[in-house]
Amino acid sequence: MSQTATMSGSAPTTTPTAGTEPRGPRPKPFFTPKKIMLYATLVFFSLYFLFPLYVMVVTSFKTMPEIRFGNIFALPNQITLDAWFKAWTSACTGLTCEGLSPGFWNSVKITIPSTVVSIFIAAVNGYALVNWRFKGSEIFFSILIFGSFIPYQVFLYPLVMITRELGIFGSLQAVIIVHTIFGMPILTLLFRNYFASLPVELFKAARVDGAGFWRIFFEIMLPMSLPIFVVALILQVTGIWNDFLFGVVFAGTQNLPMTVQLNNIVNSAQGSPEYNVNMAATVLTGLVPLIIYFVSGKLFVRGVAAGAVKG
Amino acid sequence: MKKFAVVAAMATAFLGSTSAYAVDLEVTHWWTSAGEAAAIAEFAKVFEEETGNNWVDSALAGSGTGANPVIISRIIGGDPMGATQMNTGRDAEELIQAGLMRDLTDVVADMDLDSFYVDQSLLEACRYEGGLYCLPINIHSWDWLWLSTAAYEEIGQPVPTNWDEYVASWPALEEAGILPFGLATGWPISGVPGVLMSGIGGSDLVLAVNRDKSADAVRGPEFREVAEAMDSLRKVISPDMMVPSFGDVGNQLLTGEAAGNIHGDWLQGDLQVAGGVPGEDYECLPALGMGDQLTGGGDSFYFPVLPEGTDPAVIQAQADLARLLISPEAQLKFNLVKGSMPIRTDIDLSAANPCMQKALGLLENGLLPSGDFALSSDTQQQLQDLNIEFLDDDNITVDDYIERYASIIEQAD
Amino acid sequence: MADTAVHTREGAEQAARPSLLNRIFLHNLSGKIAAIPMMATVLIVFIGCTVWTIYFSFTNSRLLPTGKFVGFDQYERLFATSRWNVSVTNLVTYGVFSLVFTLGIGFLLAVLMDQKIRFESAFRTIMLYPFALSFIVTGLVWQWIMNPTLGLQGTMRNLGWESFTFDWIANPRMVLFALLIAGLWQGVGFCMVLMLAGLRGVDEEIWKAARVDGIPTWRTYVSVVLPMMRGVLVTAVVLIGSGIVRLYDLVVALTNGGPGISSEVPAKYVYNYMFGGGNIGQGLAAATMMLVTVLIIMVPWAYLEFGGRGRR
Repeated sequence: MSQTATMSGSAPTTTPTAGTEPRGPRPKPFFTPKKIMLYATLVFFSLYFLFPLYVMVVTSFKTMPEIRFGNIFALPNQITLDAWFKAWTSACTGLTCEGLSPGFWNSVKITIPSTVVSIFIAAVNGYALVNWRFKGSEIFFSILIFGSFIPYQVFLYPLVMITRELGIFGSLQAVIIVHTIFGMPILTLLFRNYFASLPVELFKAARVDGAGFWRIFFEIMLPMSLPIFVVALILQVTGIWNDFLFGVVFAGTQNLPMTVQLNNIVNSAQGSPEYNVNMAATVLTGLVPLIIYFVSGKLFVRGVAAGAVKG
Repeated sequence: MKKFAVVAAMATAFLGSTSAYAVDLEVTHWWTSAGEAAAIAEFAKVFEEETGNNWVDSALAGSGTGANPVIISRIIGGDPMGATQMNTGRDAEELIQAGLMRDLTDVVADMDLDSFYVDQSLLEACRYEGGLYCLPINIHSWDWLWLSTAAYEEIGQPVPTNWDEYVASWPALEEAGILPFGLATGWPISGVPGVLMSGIGGSDLVLAVNRDKSADAVRGPEFREVAEAMDSLRKVISPDMMVPSFGDVGNQLLTGEAAGNIHGDWLQGDLQVAGGVPGEDYECLPALGMGDQLTGGGDSFYFPVLPEGTDPAVIQAQADLARLLISPEAQLKFNLVKGSMPIRTDIDLSAANPCMQKALGLLENGLLPSGDFALSSDTQQQLQDLNIEFLDDDNITVDDYIERYASIIEQAD
Repeated sequence: MADTAVHTREGAEQAARPSLLNRIFLHNLSGKIAAIPMMATVLIVFIGCTVWTIYFSFTNSRLLPTGKFVGFDQYERLFATSRWNVSVTNLVTYGVFSLVFTLGIGFLLAVLMDQKIRFESAFRTIMLYPFALSFIVTGLVWQWIMNPTLGLQGTMRNLGWESFTFDWIANPRMVLFALLIAGLWQGVGFCMVLMLAGLRGVDEEIWKAARVDGIPTWRTYVSVVLPMMRGVLVTAVVLIGSGIVRLYDLVVALTNGGPGISSEVPAKYVYNYMFGGGNIGQGLAAATMMLVTVLIIMVPWAYLEFGGRGRR
């Protein structure tokens, strides 16, 4: 986290095309048929995007009899928080009836270090690929991008053996390493594109002043990369928080993440399924990435604009 | 958990238990349905009471895709649990061969297993090169036709007493808007052919296919009847009526929404938890009411070899648990809740419900090897894929089905 | 192709230069040291594990990678398995639709958002939030909505619209579109944001010139603006494409491959046979086929895109 904190500086003044003003034809002052079509389309898609969230939240506040009545649109007759409490504190998996809360803290334990390590390494990669290219560096990068297409299942077995040889299987270190590995392709792509879009003169001037690899990285590159760090941060926090497979296999039983507990609760069918508890658990599990996304939405979009555009 | 451990440790200190201090023993399993969880709680209770140690419960939903990969990768990855449940049979045979499982021969040496195990074939699955690497803790059988009393009351017919009567009742049921056969999505269909095989095809067919892996038997006339029964079954099942889990089918039976279901005896655990009373709310027909033997497999407990430097008290706890699991007291409590049959012959099962009593009667005729007992998990997976596909795709004819079944059995090892 | 040839020649010339060792090890040392994690990942994980996968796909390994070499047996069995063939067909169908619709709708929405509209950030927030949710969550909520009795269909019928039918999740012919609805819901917003960023990167002068020439707006978008957004499109295709090949969680959470095997996908086959079926050889043969397919599609493209060209 320290890197993110130190780079406090403003967004790079030189970010190309940083303009966020809409282009295209100027708006006309009146409601024209075209405008109505435009807004109608946008509203239609918005409903499609909002509908599941609405259903999730509304269902989680209902009681089971009301759910069985079968109207997913209806607001709850009487708002009850029981499902939420049950999902958080007492839903059962096997003999353990602690709800999602232990999983929440495990996910925090996994997500924070994994995010920091993976972003730092990917940033260094991107920087080296742009400013310190060496023979073969682009080949490594190409293979890395190619690697992002390989199904994870392929790596599962050998990675179990590798982490066993390192003596870290079933620990936080293992899951951090795995997340760093699989976050690397897309993050490196982002950082590489972003650093490539910065004016090369800055780097050259620093070289002339005698600054070395790390000094340029920490003193020049990092302070200019706030937007892309935000993008990387969001991608990693959501990606790692939402991960199921690596958490369940590599983190060890005492560190099982929240998604695993969600799956356990939803698929444990103790008696008749409690859809309200399932939905509450689902919303709770999605809450952290959602909050992070809502809080940083604007920065995220600006970062994407700055980073992903250059090819 | 931490707090609980401390409290438990203090409690045992006051009670002056056998061990000097309480240790944690992690037990993995995939028993997450209501009935299953209630059953495993019986084991946990006995273990904690008898030894003063802590049962650390690691339940993972979903046997094949959820729990199995985690259990196997943890054992291979050198982070083994204290004990784990798996199916009796061949799922763990390579882990045993690789020396990753603890040899229990000495642990149970003085218990004289041969004298009380109900069927020696169960123990055979655990033996390898003179060692004993697992303990079967129950016998499960798929061979049950479950029928809903409520559904038959509604159409005003008596509850069928065998498969043929059941099939004959389908038109009336459909007319009344009742599902003739309730089914959950995914693996539950995979057990059905085996049940039809023993009920309609007979014991010889089961032995020829499951034990001897004879493709000729699959191509024979007896198996054709089985395939045709599957064919008629798929005509009354439609995907949009399928429910997510087998526990839901249990509820359908109790409410009369569905009239029947073929499913393993563990369904009974869920029926009981939901308040169902055998003979009143539901009827059970072992071997479809036609055969005189049950096919069976069951669950076993395995005790992985723990890494060097493990607290000897934990290794002792493994041994204590192993002995307790097959003790008369634990066997009785566990199996009554689980709906499965105990592996001991020497316990009083008068408390068992009528369904289990019927099963015990059939058990005396010897146990037939079920598919999940005698076939490798690879073959089971292939058969499951075939059954799921056949059920849903009417373009696959009975002949195709037989031929594909035969070729899978042909390649089975 | 001519482009490739030129680069190969250049490479050959470089390699022929003297003090090769010096160039490999000492030149730009800190750059190389900093790239060690990346090189290790590439060499050990991406290349090492791939080689491991291919090797063991030619063995009869079951639960443990200890089997004997059996040639192409696993592949013969794989191609004779209808579940595998159905999985491949499904993935191709889903992949084509997913790519086309994600890019198409993403672009359309981005264009609409670029019309100086009111409430732009509200619309953007609404479209992008599903991207923050996992496929497990996405699958669960859509499963709930598509549940024939308690979901949308049941609701509409209860409200009096008796013939309303939305049973795609239980209909073998439509189930892939049920997956698509959920998949698009999750991914379109991010594509839209990328595209919007691309649109706003286009120089205002282009628009002025197009207007002066009297080119219709839609044609300017298609034939002038779109080609200029190459970088964005590449990023979008990489993201969407890698998501498609890996399609697994969503299927497990939404349909679990059903009804029947009508929504099975290759990644699920790999996983089921490696772990559920305890047949590593078979699972890895399937994984290798996925790799080969990706390789055939990706390598020429990746070479042109990243390997063969200067970056500016």
